[in-house]
Amino acid sequence: MSVVAFILLYGVSYGLVLCLISVGLVVTMGLMRVINLAHGAFAAIGGYIAIGLMTHVGLPFAAAVVAAVAFVAVLSLASEKVLFVHLYGAPELDQVLMTIGVNFVVVAALTLCFGPDVYPIRLPPWLSGSVDLGFRTFEVYRIVTMAVCLVVIGLLWVAFDRTNLGARLRAAVDNRGMAQATGINVPRLFSLTFATGGGLAALGGAIGAPMLPLEPTYPFKYLVLVLVVVALSGFGNVRAVVGVSIFVGIVDTAGRFFLPDLGAFIIYVLLIVLMIWRRQGLFAARVAT
Amino acid sequence: MLEPVWWILAVLVYFIFPKHLAIASSILIMAMFAMSFDVVLGFAGILTLGNAVFFGVGAYAAAWIAIGGWHEAITGAFAAGVGSALLAGALGPFVLRLTGLPLIMVTLGIGVIFYEAANKTAWLTGGDDGLSNIPLAPLLGWFRWSLSGGTAYLYALCWLGVLFLLSRRIMASPFGVALQGIRENADRMRLIGTPVLRYLVVSYVISAFIAGAAGALWTQTNAFVGLGVFSLDTALDGLVMLALGGIGGLYGGLIGAPVYMLVKHFSQEWNPYYWMFLIGGLLIVVVRVGRGGIMGIFRRLLSRRPVAS
Repeated sequence: MSVVAFILLYGVSYGLVLCLISVGLVVTMGLMRVINLAHGAFAAIGGYIAIGLMTHVGLPFAAAVVAAVAFVAVLSLASEKVLFVHLYGAPELDQVLMTIGVNFVVVAALTLCFGPDVYPIRLPPWLSGSVDLGFRTFEVYRIVTMAVCLVVIGLLWVAFDRTNLGARLRAAVDNRGMAQATGINVPRLFSLTFATGGGLAALGGAIGAPMLPLEPTYPFKYLVLVLVVVALSGFGNVRAVVGVSIFVGIVDTAGRFFLPDLGAFIIYVLLIVLMIWRRQGLFAARVAT
Repeated sequence: MLEPVWWILAVLVYFIFPKHLAIASSILIMAMFAMSFDVVLGFAGILTLGNAVFFGVGAYAAAWIAIGGWHEAITGAFAAGVGSALLAGALGPFVLRLTGLPLIMVTLGIGVIFYEAANKTAWLTGGDDGLSNIPLAPLLGWFRWSLSGGTAYLYALCWLGVLFLLSRRIMASPFGVALQGIRENADRMRLIGTPVLRYLVVSYVISAFIAGAAGALWTQTNAFVGLGVFSLDTALDGLVMLALGGIGGLYGGLIGAPVYMLVKHFSQEWNPYYWMFLIGGLLIVVVRVGRGGIMGIFRRLLSRRPVAS
């Protein structure tokens, strides 16, 4: 019982952070069909800035995270205008090469600014203890993280499912040409989505830093994991992201716990089998075509 | 017309830079690895990030063959290449049904699995320490593997030359032309009766043989093999070299590898991380300026007829 609870709690908190990091990429890939291998860089930059502000400037954790998210959102908007806009409709190879190039530059910049080692994090006292949940103790940090992720994901869901903006976004993902024909400004919608996605990745990178340690090679290291979520969700299938992320989080945690020798494999074996078996994603039936 | 220049320069390097033949051989080997990418990517249009698997399997296979008692290098490298080709033949029919992001994901995933497998099976691969002191008999029973790397350099150059000529012959054949047809429009090729999947698998197998042989040379010339051969970095290195040189036409890797390796070598002496700025910037520029890479720039400067691509 306790073991199951442990795996569920760790898996879900891990999965929710993955969800925040990946959700922006799922939408932008669905909307613009751009294979962006540099998305993890936004998470890395967000994490580094938040922790840097906290350690060196002395901002409280929450304020540092908010500042980092705002900064990365602006940064991703700028990078979209300067770099990514050239990739729309470009061959897949160009998309892969250029976003790998961006990753290299970010890795170099992070190493230069913060050094080549894992960036140490000291959580504020109110986050670093544990609480007794009745059946077992659990870190306060992970509970707060889960709460933040759930609130943000809830807000996203409302924005995506209940607002006019969300309706326009869904229309553009389903059929870009038709949406444009009805007068929706798809490029602007995309810029907005790209910035939001970058900001969300930064939030995931910042509050997830104790789980996914910050190191300069972060953009490459977690690239595969983020892409697993995107691939299993299917292009642009935002509703599936939460489920897929939690699934990936739990499978990865359970794998590492029960089969420490094989744990690292399980998620990739699963990915390969699922990709070959159901290439539209885990919840393929819901994908609008 | 310019083609012999590359090969003449490659031979001249042996006489002009006798002290730098170790890095020169590694450039040749990486050029061969990049060429294996060109066969699948430039001709067949298969965008894979998992070719390091074949490089790594070839590298370890060569080590096992030598440690197991077969010290002859040429047959050893050939057998290692065949091992990689067999693996590609087994994986291809499943993997090559995919395109786009799923294909990239699955090949990435296979790469990670092989890396982790090599990491966990330390009794077989030496784990983090790798396998060293790999014994090799003198080449052709005559040429000793000198410390200066002279024998190794010429050995790698011969392998590269032979595989280059073979690849060019294959890619100029009706089979090679059909591959380019698949790259441009797989559905149309299917409609006119081309067995698309079978052709793709064959190109994958050829590419894997070249990558495996390159991996074997890597092990033989260094007398060492480590986990790095399986890493994502290795796959990216090959892809970046090819893109820098120019994709399609088989010369991309041969031109991109020296540029990439020398930039990496010299900027790493300056600062171990600056080379990433350079390579990242170069990649962005290559994509923005156009797909041709260095070869494309040359071609535009000389405005000669386009090389087969």
